[in-house]
Amino acid sequence: MFSKRVQILHARSGELITSLGDLQPKSTIYDVKKAFAKEKRKYYPDRQGFKTDPRGKMVKDGDTLESLGLKNGSRLYFKDLGPQVGWTTVFLTEYAGPLVIYLIFYLRPSIVYGEDAAELPYANVVHIAAGCWSFHYAKRLLETVFVHRFSHATMPIANIFKNSVYYWGFAAFVAYFVNHPLYTPPAYGDLQVYGGLAAFVIAELGNLSVHIALRNLRPPGTKERKIPRSTSNPFTWLFGLVSCPNYSYEATAWLAFTVMTQCLPAGLFMLAGFYQMAVWAQGKHRNYLKEFKEYPRRRAAIVPFVL
Amino acid sequence: MATATVKASSAGGDGRRKANPNMGENNAVKAYLVAYNVSQMLGWLVLMIKIIHHMAAEQDVETLYAQVEPILKIFQTAAVMEMVHSAIGLVKSNPVLTGFQVFSRVFLLWGVVWSVPEVQTTGYILCFLVAWTITEIIRYSFYFFSLLGQVPYFLKWCRYTFFIILYPIGVTGEVMTIYLALPHVLESDMYSVSLPNTANISFSYYYYLCFIIFSYLPVFPQLYGHMLAQRKKIISSPQRPKKE
Repeated sequence: MFSKRVQILHARSGELITSLGDLQPKSTIYDVKKAFAKEKRKYYPDRQGFKTDPRGKMVKDGDTLESLGLKNGSRLYFKDLGPQVGWTTVFLTEYAGPLVIYLIFYLRPSIVYGEDAAELPYANVVHIAAGCWSFHYAKRLLETVFVHRFSHATMPIANIFKNSVYYWGFAAFVAYFVNHPLYTPPAYGDLQVYGGLAAFVIAELGNLSVHIALRNLRPPGTKERKIPRSTSNPFTWLFGLVSCPNYSYEATAWLAFTVMTQCLPAGLFMLAGFYQMAVWAQGKHRNYLKEFKEYPRRRAAIVPFVL
Repeated sequence: MATATVKASSAGGDGRRKANPNMGENNAVKAYLVAYNVSQMLGWLVLMIKIIHHMAAEQDVETLYAQVEPILKIFQTAAVMEMVHSAIGLVKSNPVLTGFQVFSRVFLLWGVVWSVPEVQTTGYILCFLVAWTITEIIRYSFYFFSLLGQVPYFLKWCRYTFFIILYPIGVTGEVMTIYLALPHVLESDMYSVSLPNTANISFSYYYYLCFIIFSYLPVFPQLYGHMLAQRKKIISSPQRPKKE
């Protein structure tokens, strides 16, 4: 096996950065990244992006040089993905905030609303809302640690600030109004509160079921991709109608929370979340369709039959 | 900021480009856009003439707004069409950016000046009116010529030079107008909702306006800097082929 030399050029300027020797046809892009990181210490592998065409898509870590048609003297184009942060780090940060923030409003209202607020009693629904909110984010934190298997190890560092502003900001926005001394309980009383609560619980169980089904789809330590399908758990049967039932359930949970609390800020939070999840769902749906020829055509992305 | 942002939308790409190549050949679309840009150009020209005439004859800033109000309302509000043009692909510009810019202007006009009559007699009105008027006349002429295929260098020069003084003047006028409106907004409680209510939400228009004023701080330097950078690229080489 003769050693190959690959030239590394800047994707944007076309300038030659370096050339890496000591590679085999079966060397992977990840091997290239390790070699590159040895020479340019600043660029750890997660921060490197490579393309075979400067304007094309990035190649995957697992691709071998020969599968990409790279021979001796071939070129790879380098893109700096910027400082990276781990997905787990991001998720824990963005989810811990809402938990803490909401609980501050709920447990220490005098900090926010003034001395007198501490004496005032909460309506029943306010306690239930705090329970639901806390459950949702505690569940997310636990899922991050125990359930999710991430495709990418890292994301650009700017995301952690952007995402945290979104989650933490909305947490304060919703918490402020639900826990306010002048909060008005729902117009339809217990029917609305407990109906909303029931829907919320079902939606949360649905979301969890789908997350677990997705986890089991992927063998540990791999980045394998398969078509997600219904399992014996009835909550996963929504896969029959949509590509991303986890997002469907999540949107439903926040809708239920909004109805339960009759709080417009919660409704705005739900709409913002739904919009983002719809965008993600359509992206994933399109990817599934492209990747798997036998992908069920009946499925919608996030809203059955509609979207 | 509204003055500044309006320029920035077209600064991103030199002139307007048709989003859909087929639309570019479409003469009906072109004719419509020419008509739109010419109408706007004429409207703002008339506005400028009115301003000059009033200030020369009456020399009274306090009565200026009343004179120009109808024309200003018509032509500035009509700019929402630019959001539509961008959204449906008639014109190649970023719909979000265009939306932001148009909203910014229309908000100042209707949300502040029309809503708080007390600010209609301040001198700051003149500041932003002058800035807006000159900017728009140049901008719409620029688009008109772009549609025809060739923009005179002089016009391009105006577009990328006048902003240097117009931006600060316009922004000063806008910010001060909002600032002067604040006490009246606070007192009248307009457009605001307070607790308790069945939707469990509150909104203070007063704090919203304060937020708007503060947002000029980060946004203005960015836009100004962007325009300066654009100017360097475009003015330095007058023979550079125009990128459509």
